[in-house]
Amino acid sequence: MSKTSEVLMKFVFMICACVSIAAVALICVFMFANGVPAMSEIGFTEFLLGDKWRPSSDLYGIFPMIIGSIYVTAGAIIIGVPIGLLCAVFLAYYCPSKLYSIVKPAVELLAGIPSIVYGFFGLMVIVPFIKDNIARGNFIHLGGSGKGVLTASILLGIMILPTIISTVEPNLRAVPKMYYEGSLALGATKERSVFCTIVPAAKSGVMAGVVLWIGRAIGETMAVIIVAGNQPVIPEKITSGVRTLTANIVLEMAYASDLHKDALIATAVVLFVFILIINTCFSLLKRSES
Amino acid sequence: MDQIKGSSDNMEVVTAERMTPKKKQTKSLHPFSVLVKILVYLSAIITVSVLVFIIAYILIMGVSNITPELFEWKYTPENVSMMPAIINTLTMTALTLLMAVPIGIFSAIYLVEYAKRGSKLVKIIRLTTETLSGIPSIVFGLFGFLAFVVAAGWGYSLLAGAITLAIMVLPLIIRTTEEALLAVPDTYREGSFGLGAGKLRTIFKIIVPSAMPGILSGVILSIGRISGETAALIFTAGTSAGVTTGLFRTSRTLAVHMYCLLSEGLYTRQAYATAVVLLIMVILINALSSILAKKLAKK
Repeated sequence: MSKTSEVLMKFVFMICACVSIAAVALICVFMFANGVPAMSEIGFTEFLLGDKWRPSSDLYGIFPMIIGSIYVTAGAIIIGVPIGLLCAVFLAYYCPSKLYSIVKPAVELLAGIPSIVYGFFGLMVIVPFIKDNIARGNFIHLGGSGKGVLTASILLGIMILPTIISTVEPNLRAVPKMYYEGSLALGATKERSVFCTIVPAAKSGVMAGVVLWIGRAIGETMAVIIVAGNQPVIPEKITSGVRTLTANIVLEMAYASDLHKDALIATAVVLFVFILIINTCFSLLKRSES
Repeated sequence: MDQIKGSSDNMEVVTAERMTPKKKQTKSLHPFSVLVKILVYLSAIITVSVLVFIIAYILIMGVSNITPELFEWKYTPENVSMMPAIINTLTMTALTLLMAVPIGIFSAIYLVEYAKRGSKLVKIIRLTTETLSGIPSIVFGLFGFLAFVVAAGWGYSLLAGAITLAIMVLPLIIRTTEEALLAVPDTYREGSFGLGAGKLRTIFKIIVPSAMPGILSGVILSIGRISGETAALIFTAGTSAGVTTGLFRTSRTLAVHMYCLLSEGLYTRQAYATAVVLLIMVILINALSSILAKKLAKK
């Protein structure tokens, strides 16, 4: 192939590589250009800290949704992280290779299930379960319809499991084998060796993964809409309905107009900034690690 | 002893512990260790059984709801056919891949084969692809709505949805292709250069073909993401049912179809059937992707 085509193709490759830069720039421009004016029209503090979302009377406070997103994400982390961490330990140090070839694809499959299917599963299984046992159970009677913070947290906890496992497992494996051997040789049990030498050594890599999990949980939309109840008020109990930032956008975008629509775009901007902050933390952590 | 079988890769330890079987026994009965071990196994069991439960539940509840009328060619409110949605999913996937795959593969080629390590451009590209992969799909959806549906004036359309999805799966394709290209041994490149081939010829005749299984498995994973995506499509490709007739017409994919069924609240049976189809699709896609990945690993 001739010299000119070499140079031409190099240029083409470079242009393609720059597409992702252009995409991020475009996303930023469109989101901020549409969202920020609405925010300033409503008033930044009123928008971010106002606790009433009543588009019909021009009240646009997304504070309940911010709190809702934080609650649900925290719940998902509380439920998902212990199971995910231990499962990653299992895969890295306990799993016989034959079993590994079953468990690992299972985890990957868990990541591949569409969120709408998760949502449907949550609606059909977790919501009735919570309703019958915790919201209106014989022993525990917290009230609510079964859709709420707890239900959404459980479902999201399941959904972030594969992300947790796939970020933690390589980090555990990356710890030099001799740490583990040394610990065993000193007479520690296997469990002690894994949890007192390997896990602390893998900590920085795992910490970098945490922000990724938070990003997944906070950005999830469809599954949460179906099981969270979606009331735009700050939830009082773990069984009360909750609306997240993502749910707020999807629920009302279809019929919103004028300032209402811009307020929803501004909601997405808030979410976007959240994610940007989380991502920056992620890359900073990664950099400090290397 | 079964503890040690788990770590099959460490012979020295095995023999050392075998020599002192008595001591070993008292160690493994340490309450903390036993508890931790139980917890580790328990969480692995929970993870797998959740998956099995989801799949079994949806298949068992759903299969009986699959009726021939759900696969009729034309959608009517009576039959709630998912066939148009399946066709739309296929066109949406094809169109998205048409845009995302060349750009993704070319980006990865630039990053791996051309770019100098540590150059400023590479750093920015990496930062932006990482950012892209972290953006929630609803933000992509709103961006697509603002940019293509409103600003470009296309309305809810197949093209708007496909471009939005292409941006969304781009980081996935770049990352998997990069890994596959990096896995190609340098001797291949040196051999090709040594025989007098140019850089371009080396890339297209030697490196890309040998990295193909890895690239394909990334492409297949992105097919999975495209076909399961809902939030990014509701406000870009629209939700009106029926087979898409053109690039600038609305296109309701299977996942969006399922969301519509659920939000209308009248079609639980049909939603079950749709879930089955989606789930089977995802399982097949994952199986195909892991087969390809294995093929790459064997090389």
